[in-house]
Amino acid sequence: MGDAEIIPIGTRGKPGRGTGSAKPSSSARGLVAKPAAKRAPRTKTPSAATPDGAAPDGAAPDVEPAETPAPASSRDATIPAPRQPLHQQVPPVAGAHPEPTVGIPAVDWLAGFTTAAVEVFGDNWEPRLAAFLAFLRRRLTGDYTVDEYGFDAEITQRFFMTAIRPVAEKWFRIEVRGVENIPPTGGALVVSNHSGTIPIDGMMTAISIHDHAHRFLRPLGADLVFKLPVVSELARKGGVTLACNDDAERMLRGGEIVGVWPEGFKGIGKPYSERYKLQRFGRGGFVSAAIRTGVPIIPTSVVGAEEIYPLVGNIPSLARLLGVPYIPITPFFPLLGPLGLIPLPSKWIIEFGEPIRTDEYDEGAAEDPMLVFNVTDQVRETIQQTLYSLLMQRKSVFG
Amino acid sequence: MGRVVLVTGVARDLGRRFARQIAASPAVDRVIGVDVQPPRGDLGGVSFVRADIRNPIIAKVIMREHVDTVVHMSVLPSAGSSSRTAAKELNVIGTMQLLAACQQSPDLEHFVLKSSTSVYGSSNRDPAMFSEDMNAKHGFGVGFVKDINEVESYVRGFARRRPDVRVTTLRTANALGAGLSTPTTGYFKLPVIPTVLGFDPRMQFLNDTDLLDAIEHATLADIRGTFNIAGAGVMMLSQAIRRLGRPALPLPSFAVGAVGSAMRQARMADFSREQIAFLAYGRGVDTTRMREVLGFKPSRTTEQAFGEFAASLSPGLISERRVRAAEEALVGALGGRNQIGELDG
Repeated sequence: MGDAEIIPIGTRGKPGRGTGSAKPSSSARGLVAKPAAKRAPRTKTPSAATPDGAAPDGAAPDVEPAETPAPASSRDATIPAPRQPLHQQVPPVAGAHPEPTVGIPAVDWLAGFTTAAVEVFGDNWEPRLAAFLAFLRRRLTGDYTVDEYGFDAEITQRFFMTAIRPVAEKWFRIEVRGVENIPPTGGALVVSNHSGTIPIDGMMTAISIHDHAHRFLRPLGADLVFKLPVVSELARKGGVTLACNDDAERMLRGGEIVGVWPEGFKGIGKPYSERYKLQRFGRGGFVSAAIRTGVPIIPTSVVGAEEIYPLVGNIPSLARLLGVPYIPITPFFPLLGPLGLIPLPSKWIIEFGEPIRTDEYDEGAAEDPMLVFNVTDQVRETIQQTLYSLLMQRKSVFG
Repeated sequence: MGRVVLVTGVARDLGRRFARQIAASPAVDRVIGVDVQPPRGDLGGVSFVRADIRNPIIAKVIMREHVDTVVHMSVLPSAGSSSRTAAKELNVIGTMQLLAACQQSPDLEHFVLKSSTSVYGSSNRDPAMFSEDMNAKHGFGVGFVKDINEVESYVRGFARRRPDVRVTTLRTANALGAGLSTPTTGYFKLPVIPTVLGFDPRMQFLNDTDLLDAIEHATLADIRGTFNIAGAGVMMLSQAIRRLGRPALPLPSFAVGAVGSAMRQARMADFSREQIAFLAYGRGVDTTRMREVLGFKPSRTTEQAFGEFAASLSPGLISERRVRAAEEALVGALGGRNQIGELDG
């Protein structure tokens, strides 16, 4: 290979047909007319180039200052006008003569604001707006209470629930069955299958229970939830607490409806090919918590969540690096970027099954591993069978 | 014959006030206050001994004065001025020496340790509410968390060696009070309050008079064991900051450390590692045993304790008065005739 010769192929970035010559052909020169024409006169005759070169240079500074001050001055004139009515100076400004130079008079702004309020709050807007402002003031001054888990019922009901309700009703068209199985008072343990890459099924179960059974679901979350910034803050305020026996029993004794997803990350992170196949149900800690507190277990089956983000791949090495259980790859994520985060509009069915009573077991039953495993299997089988029958009834994934 | 009480850590505000309070109790004959530095305020009828608890002199004081009750209040997080190692020295070695002195004394009958809920640490694996039989979930942590766990284990060891001595440990929540100067009050007194971005910890507070009453109750009542002491209920940090009317400054956790060390140097507030963990994950303690076994009920809830503390500070930029005024102006401008107060709740 010592006598191998490098044969120049290609243009090396120069215009031309790949002849390797420094000078581009005439047709190629025609393609890049402008820079070639500009450069050529400058190098040859400076005297001839000055009128040509000066014209574009001179034109640019003329155009730019003419454009920039115009929006600046118009902004200066208009911006103080809308700000004024928002502050306390409204009555004097509205009563006095508005300056003729100001863009829109304050009265018009006030009228516009009133119309907007009517649009948003309806005809009875005055007390409703006042109530809204009072709500805003309470939030701003910290005049509200949270329970010992950090659950903020007001913000959950008025903000989180309102925000996800359209998704539940319009996007997933959730059909809720067996609401009568949720007790109107007292503690209960809602045990559900887990799927969908991101635990959206938890939120949807929570809003279904809130809207149909008028109770708050208190989900138990993995410790990762409380490690992630923002997620941890929202989770605590939305009523989530750590999935551990202490918290579960404490909440159940307090008469809350506690939600648990025993499959955990194995459930939401399973590939699409294994959809609707229940994973192992942890160590059955939820059963012993229910037995100790004597609350019923409500087996809950969620159909539809598997299809929202079909998980077709995973990057285990990156997941380990980031300390998360998996990095999801769906047909649209990360291919379409943020667009891939929009869940597919599958049709959901949430069925709350018949409660499994645990108050008949005696004191030491929670310590009996055989009994705990049996009850765990019973719950798991109930959910699995319900899933199969719901899948049979469902016409199509998006129907 | 009344009791002879030895109180450590009287140079600090809470120790001095407790010494005076217990001295006024009819069941107590004498109170001896011990600290390295002389107390800043008036000690009243308390006799002060300027001694280091790490020094064997303390054993002589206990023997000579026939002390029957020791209230150990000098286990404190390192303040901005003193270094970590100095604080550890004082906390851990000081407690060891004090316990060694106590073990030799035949007169001793009661030992009360003022511990802190910091003993549980703060992590994302914490249960919502710690009860007395739980441990810190992140090993025994670092800094003050480690110190206080060691101190408590020495006290437990002492309780085993001297079963005739009644040992009571009080794990108290952060105390708040008008004139109180602790790392917590220093934090809330900052004009702009740094928080950890994306986290909103739960916190519990205890009114300072309730704290002193709890220690007095534990000193005089003959109940042994470990008890969490905190006001009822919890508050979110964001909520507390809003009630102060001060702006919060959310910083990513690594930046809180940098800002914190600058503030630590300027002696404005404490931002040690365990404090940053607390600002991220918060902590709640269960106080059932305090009410049912110890028989103590704080007069103020967490919210009331914080409210009283907030009222003692000058209102911040976004004070409730201003927000209310803005709201009234807005409703007034829109022609609303509703009374704002009626819509509360």
